[in-house]
Amino acid sequence: MAQLLSEIADGQEVRVISIASSILRVKLLEMGLLEDQPIRVLYRAPFGDPMAINVNGYVLSMRLSEAKLVSVSSNSGSE
Amino acid sequence: MKIALVGNPNTGKSSIFNMLTGLRQHVGNFPGVTVDVKTGEMRLGDTSVSLVDLPGTYSIYPRSADERVVYESLNVKTKEDRPDAVMVVLDTSNLQRNLLLASQVYDLGLPTLFVLNMNDVAKRRGIKVNEEGLKSYFPEAEIVSANARAGMGKSTILEALQDLPARSARANEPCEINDFPGQEKETIRRYKEIKKMISAVETVVTKQDFTSKWDRILTHPIFGYAIFASILLIIFQFIFAFANYPMDLIDGAFASFSSWTANMLPAGVFTDLLTEGVIPGIGGVVIFIPQIALLFFFIAILEETGYLARVVFIMDRLMRPLGLNGKSVVPMMSSVACAIPGVMATRTIADRKERLITILIAPLMSCSARIPVYTLLISLVIPETKVWGIINAQGLVLFGLYFLGTAMALIVALILKVLIKTDEKGFLLLELPGYKAPRWGNVGLIVLEKVRVFVWDAGRIILAISIVLWALASYGPSERIQMAENQAKMTAAREGMGKAETDQLIASAKLENSYIGIMGKGIEPAIEPLGYDWKIGISLITSFAAREVFVGSMATIYAVEDDGEEQTPLIEQLRKEKRSDGTPVYSLATGVSLMVFYAFAMMCMATLAVVKRETKSWKWPLVQLGYMGALAYFGALITYQLLA
Repeated sequence: MAQLLSEIADGQEVRVISIASSILRVKLLEMGLLEDQPIRVLYRAPFGDPMAINVNGYVLSMRLSEAKLVSVSSNSGSE
Repeated sequence: MKIALVGNPNTGKSSIFNMLTGLRQHVGNFPGVTVDVKTGEMRLGDTSVSLVDLPGTYSIYPRSADERVVYESLNVKTKEDRPDAVMVVLDTSNLQRNLLLASQVYDLGLPTLFVLNMNDVAKRRGIKVNEEGLKSYFPEAEIVSANARAGMGKSTILEALQDLPARSARANEPCEINDFPGQEKETIRRYKEIKKMISAVETVVTKQDFTSKWDRILTHPIFGYAIFASILLIIFQFIFAFANYPMDLIDGAFASFSSWTANMLPAGVFTDLLTEGVIPGIGGVVIFIPQIALLFFFIAILEETGYLARVVFIMDRLMRPLGLNGKSVVPMMSSVACAIPGVMATRTIADRKERLITILIAPLMSCSARIPVYTLLISLVIPETKVWGIINAQGLVLFGLYFLGTAMALIVALILKVLIKTDEKGFLLLELPGYKAPRWGNVGLIVLEKVRVFVWDAGRIILAISIVLWALASYGPSERIQMAENQAKMTAAREGMGKAETDQLIASAKLENSYIGIMGKGIEPAIEPLGYDWKIGISLITSFAAREVFVGSMATIYAVEDDGEEQTPLIEQLRKEKRSDGTPVYSLATGVSLMVFYAFAMMCMATLAVVKRETKSWKWPLVQLGYMGALAYFGALITYQLLA
């Protein structure tokens, strides 16, 4: 089931489905959020925003407004 | 010969740069790009080579002012300005993302060297890269590995740079900066190829999970902020406690050098220019070096360890409602030493509006040039009593002034957020690098670079304005000056003053009747409601070179010796000053009004010049001058009227 990355709880592992069209789309792709890329939500800053995720071995932090652009699928279903 | 150095952030690129160039670094203009970049000199066999350290970026397509430099300097149209070769630093432990930039740069068709750095971290994470295999995908590039943190790889890199293979034609032209669909297609295509490469050349023995325990604490809702606050407190305590010693030494050294020069040279205009204009002007720049160096020493450590990225992470949510970015914290911290490196540090903020607001508010943070002014005024009007039996009242006022500046900076940010319109939406997207022990060599070079920026950018302007102000303070309508001088001599003779006292009296009389003196009297009606007289007016005008000149001007006007740190004679003299109605000039109201004025006023031409350069227009420095001037005037007016 598709969800937005901003809604994923800490510790969950998911896969990127797509990135909503926006000015940040290229930047997010460049940072490694490619289709089918497994990512793991690590932790959130105080007040729940921004959040930190593990993308292929490095930690990327992003605002929730940025995470909302990324739709993801729960990993457990696809494996 | 010129070689460009590029790489992702946090790949140890600066370590490589420092390892190759050592102390032979300078900040200079890159041809074709109007932004200053760091350049270092090194020798390749018999040729001397300039290595240009371009800002760290994830892609050649820029998303911030900083990254734009990379795109522009690698795509310079004129052939002689283009770099002769390019060196790409890659983090071996994170090859996939690093290869995006590397492959983009490779396709530009310049002779290319890949440096696989941080192979120790890769080893620890169980990652192995087959260099030969990687080379088969980039046949015309040279590939070497290094561990710059351990100082390993220098000779290999130099050797490889000496015979970089020549390139056949450019594979494909890069997209235009604004061609997002083209960039998107290209990025997806590149990552497809990169994934193939990775599966062929990289073997991962153990895939470890590295959610850091440190992150749990440092980004904790309570401990995170508490730790950051404590670190700030310790840093500023340390600076206050230790920066004074070298500053006193510098002050004393310049004062004695000035009087030594005055004694050595024949009296005359040139000697006066030297001893009253140039030498104190240079002294006024050098005096701030200890504070600036100390603050950047700490900031560099925080950055090197990876902690600063966590500060950005926990501060972002708090700064956002104010139209700022988590990344605004670093420029604001730097501005406590000096707004110039602070304004320059905003280049990493990608969003134009967030960056602009940070630039506009940075000079409201209390910089080191305000301290001498605050110190003088506080000892003048604030009694040395204890508040609630324990807190020193003078210290409390000083703290209050820092707080006032910071609070006003945040309030102004909020207002600017509403006023400045933009279609762009701010974004963060920041890598949180792994924690590392700081490399002292890197820390030292950062401090050196910041001090150099300050001395050059601020120093030249402060010096130039000091000389202009010296001329305005030394000359006036000649009849008027002559008369004032004669009168002072007569007064001195009548009172039977010694030589030193007579000289001070003459200097004071001359200043009063100089062009600046006339200007000071001219603005008196405007500043009277703030509780100031024309003597303060003169000091306000002279402060436009640099705020701390206020103290020296006051000493000259009141014809007392400027004794450096303590200012006892000046303070005693100021306390004696009476208005026409017999009340003291330097009442609590006037003193506090002056403090508020100095907290808010944009009295720093050097910062204005840097803001002009960074925003590429005169509009923003003028806006800054205007709004801060208004804040200072009305802030001081309200303060005086309330307290008087």
